[in-house]
Amino acid sequence: MSEILGFAFMQRALIAGALIGAVCAVVGVFVVLRGLSFIGAGIAHASFGGVALGFLLGVNPTWTAVAFCLATAWGIAAVTRKARVREDTAVGIFFASTMALGILFIGLMRGYNVDLFGFLFGSILAVMPEDLWITLGMGVVVLALVMALSKELLFITFDPEAAEVTGLPASRLYFLLIGLIALAVVLSIKVVGIVLVSALLVTPAAAAYQLTEDFGRMMRLSVAIGVGSVEAGLLLSYLLNTASGATIVVLTTLVFFVAAAVSPRRRRLGSSAGRLGGRG
Amino acid sequence: MKHAVIELEHVDVAFQDELVLEDVGLRVLGGEFLAILGPNGAGKTTLLRVILGLVRPIRGSVRVFGRAPWQLEGERSRIGYVPQLLSVDLDFPVRVSQVVLMGRYGRIGLLRRPSVADGEATLRAMERVGVSDLADRPIARLSGGQRQRVFLARALANEPDLLILDEPTMGVDVASSESLYELLRRLHEAGMTVLVVSHDVGVVASYVDAVACLNRRLVAHGRPEEVLDSEVLAEMYGCEAVFFHHGRVAHMVVRKQP
Repeated sequence: MSEILGFAFMQRALIAGALIGAVCAVVGVFVVLRGLSFIGAGIAHASFGGVALGFLLGVNPTWTAVAFCLATAWGIAAVTRKARVREDTAVGIFFASTMALGILFIGLMRGYNVDLFGFLFGSILAVMPEDLWITLGMGVVVLALVMALSKELLFITFDPEAAEVTGLPASRLYFLLIGLIALAVVLSIKVVGIVLVSALLVTPAAAAYQLTEDFGRMMRLSVAIGVGSVEAGLLLSYLLNTASGATIVVLTTLVFFVAAAVSPRRRRLGSSAGRLGGRG
Repeated sequence: MKHAVIELEHVDVAFQDELVLEDVGLRVLGGEFLAILGPNGAGKTTLLRVILGLVRPIRGSVRVFGRAPWQLEGERSRIGYVPQLLSVDLDFPVRVSQVVLMGRYGRIGLLRRPSVADGEATLRAMERVGVSDLADRPIARLSGGQRQRVFLARALANEPDLLILDEPTMGVDVASSESLYELLRRLHEAGMTVLVVSHDVGVVASYVDAVACLNRRLVAHGRPEEVLDSEVLAEMYGCEAVFFHHGRVAHMVVRKQP
């Protein structure tokens, strides 16, 4: 074990992984409670277009992915706000069109000398020192924003209308939240890849939701599960020689099923007849 | 002379070219206890949303504390709002005291932490509605009546002088809904303006000063015993309706039209 930790690439992977696990877990709490999982998945797929554009233009794909994801995220939110289109419809449209753009961008490139597979399914073991700095910078910004605005984000997630009535800028905060989701998604592409990002965003928070009815505790549990799964998944994938992203996602999913099985929510629902449903 | 806290004149509201409110005029005076009654789909919640500044009318003027509701600033802290509980995720992982404290967030302001005064206002609000002993309880573990009181406490935490409630007794048993109206009456007697929306004509009528009957248009507005005759109810519900009074609570029977 100690010999694994001695490799520079492994150290970078573990540091980046811990931060990304924490960022996704924190943002994910709001995603799960507000029912934004599908938007998260849509944004993740939009990043494919952004990454491909970066390769085409010869710039760091992280920046083009950030621009692309923010534009898509706010585009979906704006279209839905105007109530012209349902949210899931908007996601469905943006989802496919941004991926299509990505495929067109790749077609414009001369050859396929690009690690697309790494972006689709994650390649955290290929985190370069530059990537690590970008990840640390963006991760700290996202975490700081969530912490600074946690009471407002909690209120607009719980009861957006009442939040607006008391004078909070509810719709600006919603756009901020969607923007934070976009940043979390871009950060996580390195770890689990475009296809699996939404798992990192949703599953740890969903597992935490099963285990507690306290918001602060849900936040802490989500972080513990997110960070724990990423770190354990990285080490396991190295030992077993499996794909790191998929290993991490399988681990968080196992945690989710265990959490659901022992959930006090489930016991409560089971014991009090007539209160079925909910978001258990 | 009492002043008008809420004034609507010739208000039309449309959703996708369909008028949901038509030519609505309404004055609510300071200290009044008014119920807006009407069948489901009559536009009651929309009317509240107009007053709260969440929906803008296509015609007419709206004034709340003398200003257009979407331009309210400091006056927002004078409004306490209790939403329909159907619109809230009742399994959300928050505790009672946290929910009540949310009522103060508008006052506290962005990026600031709640002060001692905010904490005290939260405690006072919980005491006022009798939920102090539930402060640490997750909201998922409350009965319907308790939950309604918690959301009322959240509105009161803001120390408002105008209280607006949307269907406060929906899904609540009769005893709890009567005690909720008792509570509202006490707040009203302490000088608060109370505006409540309900489809439940019977319970409401015996507590309020005035009722406004709404069915897209304002059908009638006045004291309950003057307004709630069978003609108005028939216009409002589009069918014959009759009141039975036994005890203090009136019950309404609606007969379907042949």
